[in-house]
Amino acid sequence: MLQIEDLQVKIGDKEILKHIDLEIHPGETHILFGPNGSGKTSLLMTIMGYPQYKITAGKIIFKGEDITDLPIDERAQLGIGMSFQRPPTINGLKTRQMVQLCAKDEVDEETLAKKVNFEGFLDRDVNAGFSGGEIKRSELLQLLAQNPDLMLFDEPESGVDMENISLVGKTIASLLQKGFLDAETKPKIQTKRDRTKMGLIITHTGFILDYVAADKGQVLYDGMLSCVSNPHEILNCVGESGYEECVRCISTIN
Amino acid sequence: MYIDDQLRERAKKAIEKKGAIGPDVNLHEFDDAPVSHPYMADEDLCAMPGEEQKQLIMAGLDVTKKERGGTYFQKDTEVIHCHSQQDGIEVIPIRKALEHHDWIRDYYWKLAAVDADKYTAAAELGLHDGYVIRSLPGSKSIYPIQACLYLDKDGIQQNVHNIIIAEEDSELHIITGCATSPHLKRGVHVGISEFYVKKNAKLTFTMIHNWAEDMMVRPRSVAQVEEGGLFLNNYICMKPVRSLQMYPTTHLIGKDAVARFYSIIVGSPGSEYDVGGRIFLKHPGNRAEIVSRVISNGGNIIARGHLIGEVPDIKAHLECRGLLLNGGFIHAIPELEAHVDGVEMSHEAAVGKIAPEEIAYLMSRGLTEDEATSTIVRGFLNVDIPGLPPQLKAEIDRVIEESDKDVM
Ligand SMILES: Nc1ncnc2c1ncn2[C@@H]1O[C@H](COP(=O)(O)OP(=O)(O)O)[C@@H](O)[C@H]1O
Ligand SMILES: [Mg+2]
Repeated sequence: MLQIEDLQVKIGDKEILKHIDLEIHPGETHILFGPNGSGKTSLLMTIMGYPQYKITAGKIIFKGEDITDLPIDERAQLGIGMSFQRPPTINGLKTRQMVQLCAKDEVDEETLAKKVNFEGFLDRDVNAGFSGGEIKRSELLQLLAQNPDLMLFDEPESGVDMENISLVGKTIASLLQKGFLDAETKPKIQTKRDRTKMGLIITHTGFILDYVAADKGQVLYDGMLSCVSNPHEILNCVGESGYEECVRCISTIN
Repeated sequence: MYIDDQLRERAKKAIEKKGAIGPDVNLHEFDDAPVSHPYMADEDLCAMPGEEQKQLIMAGLDVTKKERGGTYFQKDTEVIHCHSQQDGIEVIPIRKALEHHDWIRDYYWKLAAVDADKYTAAAELGLHDGYVIRSLPGSKSIYPIQACLYLDKDGIQQNVHNIIIAEEDSELHIITGCATSPHLKRGVHVGISEFYVKKNAKLTFTMIHNWAEDMMVRPRSVAQVEEGGLFLNNYICMKPVRSLQMYPTTHLIGKDAVARFYSIIVGSPGSEYDVGGRIFLKHPGNRAEIVSRVISNGGNIIARGHLIGEVPDIKAHLECRGLLLNGGFIHAIPELEAHVDGVEMSHEAAVGKIAPEEIAYLMSRGLTEDEATSTIVRGFLNVDIPGLPPQLKAEIDRVIEESDKDVM
């Protein structure tokens, strides 16, 4: 389980996250909505442990351990992984090697790559000249190898073309054990018990909801988590009346 | 002989002439008297002490000669092994060539100037030996020829002159190394190299340097490439040296001639490197590329590159990337000269420390900070060298892998 308690975060002198409380239980996937600049990426980077996001108050607990002060690699070892929006290029490191580095044990990178239609990129340097959509598929490939328990996705569908969008959606769903197909083929109760993976997905478009059976939607507004609701409901509300209105109306209903 | 007298006269006048760049070496402090070593048969080579064999392997010399087309091995001032096992490829000590073959006169000091500086002068006046490697017209080297210049005697000055000729339509691969014996502390190596790549020939020349902490090194090389020829020059130096200065020059003298230089340098504390490459593009269709990767672990490195485009329809690119790992100093000096319209010339240079976001990214995949750093460094040194035979690529990878521990 991921528990975030009264988290406050600064970059430099700027306060970007205020009093965040969030719980993600094993088997749960949450969708994170919010306008540009509201702090969504910052929240994910803070959970991952990026040191420029300075935690000034509150704590993060993962699998019962206080990880507030743990470095990035120790969080990764504990089972946290992230699909980045704009990861850096690593010159001279082949994607094939990167996949092996991500995996604790040896994996067959060709088979994994096939899942995200990425075989042709294995011998390219990591992220070197990748388009927006290619970066997302590369990130997914790395997560497939890493197989973390908590997965943070920063806009995983943005920039992905129509041809690959369902591939990306289904891969995320299977990583998070949240595919709709699963639910049909297995009795519901059992599936629920089997699920251990946790997910937090940033999306603007909501495309991902067509593939991933998400449990909750969260809206981050001006550094604050401003409402929790059914993700479809949030998406509709934001679509019709915008974030400002939506945050106010859902808050009052709750 | 009149020509020899002339060369000697010019050399004598230049004997105190300092190099155009780089710290001056006082050659009087070193001993260039001949040191005799017995010639070694194949079995003697293999019977060399393990420690010495290791030094040689690090410089690309495989004493078993497996997968080598020929071997030239010089210890101090003496040739101790010289042999070609491939038809169409000649490996001859240069003194022997000068004595017995008139044709060598068409190449000896025809590209490099004997009076360029005190080092070229010393190589003429006190020539010890060196190799002539020549691939006959149309021949293809299957395995690379290996050449090793080994320094054993402390305080020595080694003067070497090499001539490499790839005749028309031939293909020649050379791996050459310089190494010092484990007990040598101090010495100076002067090495003249002249490269002739003839019409439609291909020459790859991979040089690995393995010096000692107090070595002074002054190579002087000039190459020319005729129409349709390709000269691929790789240089790797990952071991300490007191001072290394070289600025090899290539002239593309026929249309569609191509030259590519790749160098990898890791600079240790107390070491000074001033290394570059200069390529003149003189004919339409000429292509040139200079790529360097330099890491300073505390050493001082000047990485130069100079491309000169003299006619239209040429293409040249210079790329220098430098990484500061433990302090030190890197000065990248990329120069482009376009003398006419219609040239396509570019350069990129980037010097800095490892980007923290790259380390963080790898850490987020579960690598420790140290693992992330060494992964990035290894990637940094992993340059794609198009046209390099896989075997030589493997050789370079092995050297980098071996040296990786020292880098970290
Ligand atoms: N390195 C930084 N320095 C200063 N401000 C930053 C930095 N990174 C992000 N911010 C600011 O923090 C706020 C939140 O950014 P971010 O988390 O990227 O938002 P989102 O992902 O919701 O669009 C924005 O106002 C952004 O400009
Ligand atoms: Mg963002």
